[in-house]
Amino acid sequence: MSTTLYTEDHEWIAVHADGTATVGITVHAQDALGDVVFVDLPEVGKAYAPKEVAGVVESVKAAADVYMPVTGEIVEVNETLRDDPSLANSDPLGTGWFFKVRLAKPAELDSLMSSTAYDDLLKSL
Amino acid sequence: MRPRFNLFSLEVAVSESLLHTPLHALHVELGAKMVPFAGYAMPVQYRDGILAEHRHTRSAAGLFDVSHMGQLRLVGEDAAALLETLVPVDIVDLPVFKQRYALFTNEAGGILDDLMVCRRPDDLFVVVNAGCKQQDTAHLQQHLGSRVIPCPERALLALQGPQAVQALARLAPGVQQLTFMDGGFFKLDGFEVFLTRSGYTGEDGFEISVHERDAIAVARSLLDQPEVRPIGLGARDTLRLEAGLCLYGHDIDTRTTPAEAALTWAIQKVRRSGGARAGGYPGFAVIDPQLPGTQSVPAPATRKRVGLTSAEKLPVREGAKLLDAAGAEVGVVTSGTLGPTCGHLVAMGYVHSGCAAQGTQLFAQVRDKRVPMTVSPMPFTPNRYFRG
Repeated sequence: MSTTLYTEDHEWIAVHADGTATVGITVHAQDALGDVVFVDLPEVGKAYAPKEVAGVVESVKAAADVYMPVTGEIVEVNETLRDDPSLANSDPLGTGWFFKVRLAKPAELDSLMSSTAYDDLLKSL
Repeated sequence: MRPRFNLFSLEVAVSESLLHTPLHALHVELGAKMVPFAGYAMPVQYRDGILAEHRHTRSAAGLFDVSHMGQLRLVGEDAAALLETLVPVDIVDLPVFKQRYALFTNEAGGILDDLMVCRRPDDLFVVVNAGCKQQDTAHLQQHLGSRVIPCPERALLALQGPQAVQALARLAPGVQQLTFMDGGFFKLDGFEVFLTRSGYTGEDGFEISVHERDAIAVARSLLDQPEVRPIGLGARDTLRLEAGLCLYGHDIDTRTTPAEAALTWAIQKVRRSGGARAGGYPGFAVIDPQLPGTQSVPAPATRKRVGLTSAEKLPVREGAKLLDAAGAEVGVVTSGTLGPTCGHLVAMGYVHSGCAAQGTQLFAQVRDKRVPMTVSPMPFTPNRYFRG
C-alpha cells in the first residue's frame, strides 16, 4: 500500500509503509515536455533538502530540473529509465519512476498535494 | 519539474493576442499542441510527437504550415538590381523560375536575415523569416519603395520528404519535372499555387504558396495522400539541424558575418571583389576581405560556424560553452539536439578559427559535465535534394 502525493512542480511521490518513497514526473509534466531523450539521476546515498534539484529530464525541445519533494537520502535510482528515457513518456507513473528516497521528515508530506488538489491545479493552468 | 531551457514555450498558446495562420482551425482539429512562435500560435507537434514526426518526414512525406513566414513580391524591371544593393548575392542573372538563397547584410557585415528569392516572369518572389518580416519589409520598402508588394493573403505550406514528389505529383502533375531550387505555377487539385522544389529539412520537397482562402483545402488534399502526415515546428527544427541549415536568430544574426557563418557559398563570384558587380551591398568592406581568394586586402574571419557531433546521449543546447582539451573557452553552441535520424548528439556553434578543422576534439560544458564533441562536417544526415 502506498499513498501518492504531488508537488506544484509536477513531481509525484508515492509513500511506502517502510519509510521510503518513490518519485517521478506526472502525466502532465511528460506531456508538456514531449519526447524524453535523456535523464540525469541523483547519486545513491546523497541527501537532499526539499526543492533541491535532484535530477534533470531532457526532451527533444526542452530541459527541466526535477526537484526533491522532501528531505531525505537517495536509496535507489531507476537505471532502466536511464537506459530508456522514453519510459518517462510511456509509463510516467509506473516504470518511468526516477528515484527512491528515505524520508527524513515524514511530516513534510502534509504540505504536498493530494491527487484531487493536483487535478484542481492542472485545471487552473 | 521546472523548465530551464525551452526551444518553444511549454505553455499552451492561449493568448488572444497571438496571430493565427490560415490553417489554424485545421491544426486544432488535428490535435496539434499550439505554442507561441514569432507572434503566431503555431503547432509545435501533433499527436505523433516530435520524434515520430521527424522520422516520418525522413522516410515518407511531412506537411508543415510555414504561413507565419513573410512572402513578398518585388516588381519593376529594376527590382533585381535594387535587391542586389541589399544582398551580396547574384539576383540579376537569376534565370526565370530559379530560386536562390540570399542574405540581407548590414554595414558591419552582419546578417539581418536570410531569405529565398525566386525570379518569376513578372516579379521576384521573396520569402523571409517570420520573426524578421516587419523589419525586412521596411528595409525593402526603404530601398525599393512601391516595388515591394507584401503578400499577407498568402499561406505557405512545405511538403518535405523522399515521398513528397510522388504525393504531390498526383495532385499537381508536372512537379516531378522540377529540380532542386526550381519554381513554377501549378494547379494543385484545382487550386492555383506557386511552388518551389526546396525546403528546410535536407530532404527533397516543395514549398507551396497558396491563397489563404484555399489553404485548408490544399492542406487537406495533401494530407489525404497516404504518404503525408502533419509535422510541427519541433521536428522542423531537428530536421533542419541535422541538415546543417542555419536558424536565424540562433546560428546567424547581426553579429555574424557570412564567412564566420560558413555561408560564403551564397556569395557568387560576380558580387565578390574582381567580379563584374562586385560589392554595392551593405558591409562589403567587412565581408569581402573575409572571403577565400579575395582581391581585397585579406582579413580572414577569426571564428567560424562548425558542426559538432558526439556519441554521448546528453543533449547539448544553445548557449553551452565550448572548451578545448586544456579547458580554455574557444566557442559557444548555437543549436544542438539528439539527432533523431543520426542517433547521436548533433550541434552547431562558433569556434575560434584555430579550432575549426574537421576532427578537432572539443568539450561542451553542460551543467557540471564536460561532453566530448568532435568538429564534424555538415550536413549530419545526407542531403537528398533532387538535382535531376
